[in-house]
Amino acid sequence: MNQPLMLTAAQKAGPKVTIAVGAVILAVLLALPLLSLLPAESAFHVSAYTLTLVGKILCYAIVALALDLVWGYAGMLSLGHGLFFALGGYAMGMYLMRQAAGSELPAFMTFLSWTELPWYWVGTEHFLWALCLVVLAPGLLALVFGFFAFRSRIKGVYFSIMTQALTFAGMLLFFRNETGFGGNNGFTNFRSILGFGITEPGTRAVLFLATVLLLVGSLFIGWRLARSKFGRVLTALRDAENRLMFCGYDPRGFKLFVWVLSAVLCGLAGALYVPQVGIINPSEMSPTNSIEAAVWVALGGRGTLIGPLLGAGVVNGMKSWFTVAFPEYWLFFLGALFIIVTLYLPKGIIGLLKKRGEQ
Amino acid sequence: MRVTATDQFMLEPIIEPNRDQGTSRDAIGLGQAAGKGLNTRHGTILTLEDISVSFDGFKALNDLNLYIGVGELRCIIGPNGAGKTTLMDVITGKTRPSHGKAWFGETLDLTRMSEVQIAQAGIGRKFQKPTVFEALSVFENLELAQKTDKSVWASLRARLGGEQKDRIEEVLDTIRLSASAQRPAGLLSHGQKQFLEIGMLLMQDPQLLLLDEPVAGMTDAETEFTAELFKRLAGKHSLMVVEHDMGFVGSIADHVTVLHQGSVLAEGSLEQVQENERVIEVYLGR
Repeated sequence: MNQPLMLTAAQKAGPKVTIAVGAVILAVLLALPLLSLLPAESAFHVSAYTLTLVGKILCYAIVALALDLVWGYAGMLSLGHGLFFALGGYAMGMYLMRQAAGSELPAFMTFLSWTELPWYWVGTEHFLWALCLVVLAPGLLALVFGFFAFRSRIKGVYFSIMTQALTFAGMLLFFRNETGFGGNNGFTNFRSILGFGITEPGTRAVLFLATVLLLVGSLFIGWRLARSKFGRVLTALRDAENRLMFCGYDPRGFKLFVWVLSAVLCGLAGALYVPQVGIINPSEMSPTNSIEAAVWVALGGRGTLIGPLLGAGVVNGMKSWFTVAFPEYWLFFLGALFIIVTLYLPKGIIGLLKKRGEQ
Repeated sequence: MRVTATDQFMLEPIIEPNRDQGTSRDAIGLGQAAGKGLNTRHGTILTLEDISVSFDGFKALNDLNLYIGVGELRCIIGPNGAGKTTLMDVITGKTRPSHGKAWFGETLDLTRMSEVQIAQAGIGRKFQKPTVFEALSVFENLELAQKTDKSVWASLRARLGGEQKDRIEEVLDTIRLSASAQRPAGLLSHGQKQFLEIGMLLMQDPQLLLLDEPVAGMTDAETEFTAELFKRLAGKHSLMVVEHDMGFVGSIADHVTVLHQGSVLAEGSLEQVQENERVIEVYLGR
């Protein structure tokens, strides 16, 4: 991997090179879907597998960035961000299931011998309403949960445990067939999106591009936030909440804003993940998924914008290699990685690079 | 206008003492109209009456009465556990008294306001342990403390104006941290952090400053400078200083209150207090 080396160089050479490296990575990401459209014989052809894999990792990178906004900047470790991701995914999945079923009921409902759609499925055949749900479902849940959690001044490890419990409760709820989301099988066998075949190279390329755009957009939002006074208030909140209150700021509004924003970004990432990967089921809400997201952020470097992206890329890149080469050992490796980061790399890869850069 | 803490989330009124031109009694023609600013018609900025606080039966404050005048510099002394920090907690809304009255000026009932409302109304507090935003630069620390609209939306759109920058530079100069303006506050020495926190209070421009052991960990020169600073502030602001260092108290205070077991034991000038038999007994020690 020569990416970290390039980044080290970037740290040494200042912002110009950083921008150049960023531009190169962006250009490669934009070129990938175009290359995937080349005929299979071409030397530059990118396989559908590679494109899907990278697209998936980009979705995870958005989750990592969203989690970093609440953890790295505002100091609230959420161990339940997988829930928001899955909710966005399910909202998009509902639309995809309706597309696949046409005028019929989705297949899993027929199996349950249901005769009509549950009320919350109404309107999901419209793409725009599905998009609204992608934002509203995680957004409203985060708003309600955050409202009560921050009003009760739940902080630190208690907050983490509650978010973990929330995603676990979500998983149990979605496992039930009666909930109306396909039980433990979830949604799969998608056919088309907006009338285009979901496995067609063109559709894949567009979905991939949309993911890149969302990532760039999230980065831009994160960058603007981090540079604004709002970002400084978040940092202050993380380091000395009492001081901030006695300065006359109400921490609850600040926390709630960044919390809901983060949840919505996760939901959007989930919505792009599902059509690319082709399946969504309740295991996406399992606590381990959310914890893994925290590992990405910790490994990459908390409180930076690039760190979480790097962390998500490195861990997931290794994961797809490991699970092929030594499938039994992946979880051990992940655990070891987390311990090493906690003990020796408190500021993650970015911290390491910065240190190198300064020497 | 009596402002009460509402349950409505994020909709708590931002109190603007300057806009509150003597409503309530004045509005119906009783008493003279108060001028601009906090209504301090009777010359007291802080009125505490019969304040009691108990933690699991232990009375941290016991029917405490305390009045602080406008522009006064008051020192509070007392042995450990006398209730000095609890007193500050009550004034800033961190602890609710089990009974008693706490008024800021004539019109603001502190027992019914949230911590944030109290801070916005014009009471600033310095903690015992210097508390600054360590990851932010000294300049940014002052920027956050600055008196301005502190809502979420305002913070998202805030830009520093020239006047605000000048004010920050001025305070940096006052607390002698101009050279360290861009350093992270976490890298400052203990004494410098104390000054930064005082600087943050100045930026807030509160009418009443509560200072919990402001010279702890300062060198003699720094202590002397702090004393000068406080004397300059008194008059424009009201100060309430909790301090153990008798030398420091002697150099700044015109009025000293001695707390003991949660109530006021003696009040007066430092000499008077030091001559008081009961004070000698419990505090100055035999």
